[in-house]
Amino acid sequence: MADKPKVAFYWCASCGGCEEAVVDLAEGILDVIAAVDIVFWPVALDFKVRDVKELPDESITVSFINGAVRLSEQEEMARLLRRKSKFVIAFGSCSHMGGVPGLANLWDRASIFAWYYHDAPSVAPGNVREPREHVRVPEGTLELPAFWDTVKTLDQVIDVDYYLPGCPPTPKLLADAVGVLLRGDLPPKGSVLAGTRALCHECPLNESKPEKLLLKDIRRVHLTKVDPEKCLLAQGLLCLGPVTRGGCEALCVKGNMPCTGCFGPTDEVRDQGAKGIAYVSSILDFDEEADIERALANVPDPVGTFYRYSLPRAYLMRTRKVMPHA
Amino acid sequence: MTNEEARIGVYVCDCGFNIAGVVNVPQVVGYARGLKGVVICREYKYMCSSPGQESIQKDIQDLNLNRVVVASCSPHLHEATFRRAAEQAGMNPFLVHMVNIREHVSWVTKDKKEATEKAKSLIAAGVARVVRHSPLERRQVPVRSDVLIIGGGIAGIQAALTAADAGRHVYLVEREPSIGGHMAKFDKTFPTLDCAACILTPKMTAVKNHPDITLLSYSEVVAVDGYVGNFKVKVKRKPRYVDETKCVGCFECIEECVYKTAKFPSEFELGLGMRKPIYIPFPQAIPLVAVIDPETCIEFKTRQCKKTCVAACGDRGAIDFNQKEATVDLEVGAIIVSTGFHVFDAARMTNYGYGVLPGVYHALEVERLAASNGPTGGEIVLRDGRKPAAVGIVHCVGSRDEHYNPYCSKVCCMYSLKLAHLVKERTGAEVYNFYIDMRTPGKGYEEFYHRLLAENLHLVRGKVAEVTRIAEAAKEEGKLVIVAEDTLLGGIRRVPVDMVILSVAMEPQPDREEVRRMLNMSCSSEGFFLEKHPKLAPVSTMSDGIFIAGACQGPKDIPETVAQAGAAAAEAIALTSKGFITLEPNLAYIEEQLCSGCQVCIPLCPYDAIELDREKMVARISDVLCKGCGVCVAACPSGAAAQRMFEDDQIMLELAGVLSR
Repeated sequence: MADKPKVAFYWCASCGGCEEAVVDLAEGILDVIAAVDIVFWPVALDFKVRDVKELPDESITVSFINGAVRLSEQEEMARLLRRKSKFVIAFGSCSHMGGVPGLANLWDRASIFAWYYHDAPSVAPGNVREPREHVRVPEGTLELPAFWDTVKTLDQVIDVDYYLPGCPPTPKLLADAVGVLLRGDLPPKGSVLAGTRALCHECPLNESKPEKLLLKDIRRVHLTKVDPEKCLLAQGLLCLGPVTRGGCEALCVKGNMPCTGCFGPTDEVRDQGAKGIAYVSSILDFDEEADIERALANVPDPVGTFYRYSLPRAYLMRTRKVMPHA
Repeated sequence: MTNEEARIGVYVCDCGFNIAGVVNVPQVVGYARGLKGVVICREYKYMCSSPGQESIQKDIQDLNLNRVVVASCSPHLHEATFRRAAEQAGMNPFLVHMVNIREHVSWVTKDKKEATEKAKSLIAAGVARVVRHSPLERRQVPVRSDVLIIGGGIAGIQAALTAADAGRHVYLVEREPSIGGHMAKFDKTFPTLDCAACILTPKMTAVKNHPDITLLSYSEVVAVDGYVGNFKVKVKRKPRYVDETKCVGCFECIEECVYKTAKFPSEFELGLGMRKPIYIPFPQAIPLVAVIDPETCIEFKTRQCKKTCVAACGDRGAIDFNQKEATVDLEVGAIIVSTGFHVFDAARMTNYGYGVLPGVYHALEVERLAASNGPTGGEIVLRDGRKPAAVGIVHCVGSRDEHYNPYCSKVCCMYSLKLAHLVKERTGAEVYNFYIDMRTPGKGYEEFYHRLLAENLHLVRGKVAEVTRIAEAAKEEGKLVIVAEDTLLGGIRRVPVDMVILSVAMEPQPDREEVRRMLNMSCSSEGFFLEKHPKLAPVSTMSDGIFIAGACQGPKDIPETVAQAGAAAAEAIALTSKGFITLEPNLAYIEEQLCSGCQVCIPLCPYDAIELDREKMVARISDVLCKGCGVCVAACPSGAAAQRMFEDDQIMLELAGVLSR
């Protein structure tokens, strides 16, 4: 057993879907388990932090860390696993680019706490409590992790070797990544282990694009009867496929849902949201300002649309003052 | 290349006092010397002069420089100069980068300290970016020798004759049924008073007879594709309902039209004269071919006309009621735009009563009245046939007026004086000219003004407040009263007259926006087409291969128009005579292995240079069609489109350079 490569899984600020993706390997997971030793997987197996601490440095072959880094505890665990691992893979959109939790970067700790613990409508008004990092109880002092001002991507905290993108990553990409690592067939450090081109290239609807892809309107998916045979973008739905790395095999599009960008941008693009805005504005075919206003009314949440998974990676991060709450 | 391997020379120009008067150049030089990779930094009074260029060349050779940054004026002005200098010294010209510290810094920054800091930042940016420049090669593409001229006024006519005489085949496209433009409507021309028709019609005839000019009258250019040297043009030919190849201009069809009298306002006569549904705009028209107006022709309205015109035409059979609009495709190497001007609509200034008071005319109408081939045979008379005893000419109508056009229309003072002369000559009336300033620069123009003074012209210096028929005194009864402040006398004057002539401004054509867009040109703020450089490239535009001539570029008189038309023709001849042209290498390209085939770029390209390779499902940019505008690069969602000279890392390093201080 000692010869088998050691693997760890950990989650930070995330929804748990990435863990689900591991389980989604289904019977494939048996092959993984046969090939590796899982030394840490809090969601599924009973290990303690001290088990990891006791391991020699760099003794874990690879740690898959999902979730963004929002709490002091997550940062500590990330650093610990970094020290103990040869390779660290940022697993899933939150770890890769901040993900949905990263949208909280429109606010900071004070404004988030003020809203959630004080100002938001409550069934028990006046019952105001805020989490505190240290609470004295008769038995001693209890400790809660610190809540940082800013949600960070994993690579804004520790050195990351590879990225497995997706919300969540597909089981196929995970199996491929494990295979690559086990074979020692290593891609250049920093690679994103998915497609190299944008999604359109593997999208079954790409062929159906009109000769001139220009939009006269923007439509919202829940108000649109989608033609499953026709490019969703050409139907006026804001599909982020053109600005999103492929590799998912267009799962959402096959389900008549436009791509929301969870695989992040291609290698050549640094800011997915900015690029998304640039490309959509380029193909909007309006002359009148009123038409632009009307179309934009169908994008009620531009940040949540274009930066759904990547706000902590935005060029303009934190150059704007904290947003007011609703 | 990294900064360690780079050997950069930085050259900071004083531009006389243009830069050095605001920017502390020695301080900037000291700063630049400390930048990574900079081997030498020099200051010189005029970097673009021979000694300036030679110092760069000497350094390239002696110090083995591999990059050059010149901090001076806009690259529009001297990028070519410095690239050529570097090339002569054996360096690839695209390893030179220009930093604009004149237009971007010294001309727009008041505070000297701020300007100096700004210059430092921009030079830091230039040094950071130039390291990532790579050697590039220019491309040569063949050039077609044919020339398209849009607009057949005097500018288009002159340009067409010049280019055709040089052996170019010229396509002259005119929207109206005849060429000649505004000049064909004039009686006499200032300052020599020679008759407009006498000097214009021989040129019009020469156009018709020239073997190398194809005249497409009653036609409009509707689409222009392609690029310098290889434009593809679509021309819409409106139906005349008369076959141009069969009509000989005998006027018999017009004589025999079922309408015995002409009863429809003639466009050429500005409504002062009448025409029939079948007409020739004026007797000297080129081509001398009839045209049928389907709006007024009975055959078109009822299909039951006796068609006496067809009978009159007889065996020639030139009349063809079934003629359809046709499209002609042309391929040309250069385009000259000479679309002329629009006459200011005098009715916009309601205080002058144009369109309400019958005695108020605009200047072009009076030109028609004065013209011997005009509706009155050259008699300047009022609408009721009376000869006016007193005439007021109001200068600057619609120009030099911030409510309409702030600019001076340049020709109005002179044509107002000319009209004053013609009115006196034909009617013997007292003539009053109301002017703000009398502007008569030009050869023989001031002399013309003095000649008019000797003819007992009444000159009132003051802008006219209003023209009214409300009499305040007996002598004003039944007259038009011109009310103006006489700024020389210092009082309000009320001058009763019979006829008022409004000296209207020259305005840009109402459809300049469409023309501008079709040809990728720019307009200056007032709407005239913008030249590439007001002094050094006055007939070129920002679109290579497209030249401008005449009043479409700004108000001007006939001599200037003709000179400019000649210049535009010479530019077109020069461009098309070498057989090929050299294009800049700043092209967009697509990294095929990164392209997802999303097709976002394809509709955006203004030059239709991008195609989808359906087999590989990737976009492909044609090197020959790409003009390097960068639209596809900015829009490409996956970063597969890039542009030489504007690579992402060059731009990011440039930004980092600006922000590094």
